[in-house]
Amino acid sequence: MFTFVSRRLFYAAITLLIVSMAVYAIFALLPFDPAALTCGQHCNKIVIEANRHRLGYDKSIWDQYWLFLHGIFAGRNYGTGSIAFNCPAPALGYSYNENKCVTQMLADTLPITLNLAIGALILWLIIGVGLGIIAARFKGRWPDTASTIFVLLGTSLPVFVTGLFLLIWITIRWNIIPLNLSGYVSLFSNPFGYLQYFILPWITLAISFAALYTRFTRASILETLGEDYIRTARAKGLSEKKVLRIHTFRAALAPIVTMASLDFAGLIGGAILTETIFNLPGVGQLTLRSVYEFDLPVVVATTILAAGVVIIMNLIVDMFYAVLDPRVRL
Amino acid sequence: MSQDALFSIKDLTKHFPVKKSGIFNNEKATVKAVDGISLDIHEGETVGIVGESGCGKTTAGRTFLKLVSPTSGKIIYKGQDITNFSGKKMRPLRAEMQIIFQDPYSALNPRQTIGKIISAPFEIQGVTPDGGVKREVERILERVGLNPEHYNRYPHEFSGGQRQRIGIARAIALKPKFVVADEPVSALDVSIQAQVINLLEDLKREDGITIVFIAHDLSVVQHISDRVVVMYLGKIMEIADSTNLYSNPRHPYTKALLSAVPQADPRVERTRERIILTGDLPSPMNPPTGCVFNTRCWKAKDICRTSAPELLTVGSSTVACHFPE
Amino acid sequence: MPCLIQGLGCNSLENLLEIKDLRVSFPTDDGDVHAVDNLSLSLKAGETVAIVGESGSGKTVTSLSVMGLHNLRSAKLSGSILIADGDGTVDVVSDDQEKVRNLRGRVVSMIFQDPMSSLHPYFKIGNQLAEGYLVHNPGKKAEAKARAIEMLDLVGIPEPDKRVNDFPHQFSGGMRQRVMIAMALMNTPKILIADEPTTALDVTVQAQILTLMQKIQKEFNMGILLITHDLGVVAQVADRVSVMYAGNIVEQGSAEDIFYRPMAPYTVGLLQSVPKISYGKKERLISIGGQPPSLINLPSGCAFAPRCTYIKSAPAGSCDASLPNLTGVTAGHVSRCHIPEAQRPAIFAHNPERAN
Repeated sequence: MFTFVSRRLFYAAITLLIVSMAVYAIFALLPFDPAALTCGQHCNKIVIEANRHRLGYDKSIWDQYWLFLHGIFAGRNYGTGSIAFNCPAPALGYSYNENKCVTQMLADTLPITLNLAIGALILWLIIGVGLGIIAARFKGRWPDTASTIFVLLGTSLPVFVTGLFLLIWITIRWNIIPLNLSGYVSLFSNPFGYLQYFILPWITLAISFAALYTRFTRASILETLGEDYIRTARAKGLSEKKVLRIHTFRAALAPIVTMASLDFAGLIGGAILTETIFNLPGVGQLTLRSVYEFDLPVVVATTILAAGVVIIMNLIVDMFYAVLDPRVRL
Repeated sequence: MSQDALFSIKDLTKHFPVKKSGIFNNEKATVKAVDGISLDIHEGETVGIVGESGCGKTTAGRTFLKLVSPTSGKIIYKGQDITNFSGKKMRPLRAEMQIIFQDPYSALNPRQTIGKIISAPFEIQGVTPDGGVKREVERILERVGLNPEHYNRYPHEFSGGQRQRIGIARAIALKPKFVVADEPVSALDVSIQAQVINLLEDLKREDGITIVFIAHDLSVVQHISDRVVVMYLGKIMEIADSTNLYSNPRHPYTKALLSAVPQADPRVERTRERIILTGDLPSPMNPPTGCVFNTRCWKAKDICRTSAPELLTVGSSTVACHFPE
Repeated sequence: MPCLIQGLGCNSLENLLEIKDLRVSFPTDDGDVHAVDNLSLSLKAGETVAIVGESGSGKTVTSLSVMGLHNLRSAKLSGSILIADGDGTVDVVSDDQEKVRNLRGRVVSMIFQDPMSSLHPYFKIGNQLAEGYLVHNPGKKAEAKARAIEMLDLVGIPEPDKRVNDFPHQFSGGMRQRVMIAMALMNTPKILIADEPTTALDVTVQAQILTLMQKIQKEFNMGILLITHDLGVVAQVADRVSVMYAGNIVEQGSAEDIFYRPMAPYTVGLLQSVPKISYGKKERLISIGGQPPSLINLPSGCAFAPRCTYIKSAPAGSCDASLPNLTGVTAGHVSRCHIPEAQRPAIFAHNPERAN
């Protein structure tokens, strides 16, 4: 296991390197001048040139990239003279638009997105896998049909429709969950407030994903039920309940875990719609804003974050498989 | 190596590398599927290759036709060394060298009509028979015992035995000289097996096709073959005439194999002497040193563990054993 | 038939299993598939009964019916399957399904064709074996484990105390089938159903497994119901044989009866189409022409009639009109054919038409 993990971490580092290079390459190849976007309507050449120098866009793309890499390990100074600013390691860049170190920006927004993603994940797994098991168990009968209807609704309703719907009815019309105007509430400082803050976004995401997982779990369980070793378990005299719980579930679990980990990674990268609707200042909103505002350092950082999360989730899934299935040799 | 052999192989090997873990995937193991076999096959004869799982017979069959490229050794067809022939050079020869596969359910493309499947060889080789391709395909269908009117039907509309006939039809379409039949009847019911075996014998007799018949069922192999090759863990143990092999087996493994085959005759079954081999088949990744059969042989002595026996003539058979019967 | 329950008027050799007039059909969109029709069969202790047939004959469906493994929502069963349990009997077809479940693994066990897929890949074999014991003896974990090791030793697995913690993929095919047998024996059942147990194995391993099964049968005085298509295996181990075709038993008798005095045309055809190792001139195989019938639209008469080479010897029109009954002149040897029994041996020996 150790050699496996070290090998994967090594490849992970290389992949992230390539991802960051790719982002820089894209910006290098863009047809317009980033410095020209830095000041508003009344710009003149002198300001643009000054900004170009200040932002470091006058250096070659290789120098810019090297400085970026260097900053990750050693921290970096941005700007010169009185407006100089230092970001401690790992310095992923400096956002001139917001006057903050990018690392700090990520550190501020990541917890929100993590809470959102983890809560939604737990909710959709409970609902989705739970309904999927019921649908498989009672295949062909009314619980199965009911779950099919749920699946259809969940997959056809887009996230922004569900989200807006919940927002309009539950918050605005009926005021069951009051509108949160003060911002993020941590679980530890105010558990009830925390729940109120996140419950609707969680439900919004969970409905869409749960539908998918219901269908998928049902299929996976039904497929496993057709396996020969299930027949052997029944031949030993096991009750149908035990057959489902012990033999089937573990085997059917594997593909579900794979999907869940990738979906989770995707949410970290950007649950943009949900964050926007419920005004959660998470990584998704940050990414969106920085792309609109052409804030290169932030874009680079969020891309690397997204890639990093996917890589780590893949690694975790592979390790999980090794634990689950003894045939897998790492 | 005999000069008038239609098809010869010399020291043919096929090893499959298997990756093993390490930080940079350094260690490699190999599955020695076929580990140095030599054989001459004469025109018009049927050679059966028998053995149990892991003996390499299926890999050997595919390597003969270069469906799988050999790791080392020589393949000689009609006097030409075709071992290193490129795909282009092999193309014209492929019309003469064909294969019949084991699984009638997966060997046919379910999206093509059987007419299309059987006409494919003509299209690929650019051959137009007299009277047109369709006429010829219908004639072939009739020959293998199928109704020519079913030209436009799909494989799933046929039973296993009929599908195997379609596979045979495809193989004989271009009137090949050399056909490798890889377990052609193993997946069929007993009564259908007989039909297909009879069909193959008819084709052999009428067209003089040279057949390599690969199977694990000894009774079937003996029935259809002129000579039989017994393989174990990638090596040849014995080559003999089909009658001699069964009445006078020389290699201990052949004896054990024959003793294990159940015969459809209760009195014979319950009275005959039985040799039960102990232990399991060793892994082809790690074959025993010396004679590969030594770990399970009741006659094994020290020399068997250290030196691999050569294939030598004993009586009318060829045997690789230090102590043949 | 000798009766199942020991008591007045019954002989002491009890039948462990009695199947009477079993009918199994599966409703499908295209119509009902009549997999088994009118099947009667019995099994005694210490005896091996083989059910021989090709694909579609209904032999596997029969074996699953005895175990009660059909999904009753998709299969319709009628008739009775009586299994002796202690002092009473259970009817698998009509009794409460919980009672039937209680029989499985304890009174009647089954081993399947493909040992590679029949064992759960994720669990250690020790656990899988112990589970079989714990289902019927809940809570006795230590006992279960000890018994697992004991069974592994019995079936010839070397170093059983170490291998009990291994996973299925760490065993070879032959070893896996031995593990399956060990698993079936955990509760010393009286009946063992073996569905093509050696078909997926190499011939030398097959010999080992068959020898093992015979040894175990002697030791536990078990009745074995062997399902197979391989006549060689039948010749080796079976005491009595039932030959099935298109859901019906077409002939039933002792092994000697079936092999040396076959009375049903299908049995004759089967015996003739099997290549035998011959030491002299090879004879051309006589195959049975045609295909097995569809089980949805079975012909009204004898199901084998379209493929029978002796149809002309039967009373005119009888083969198409009705299915012949299972009758026989000698005790214990019955068959279905409209040709009068006394005439059959001569007719079969003649073999007028060789179908291809």
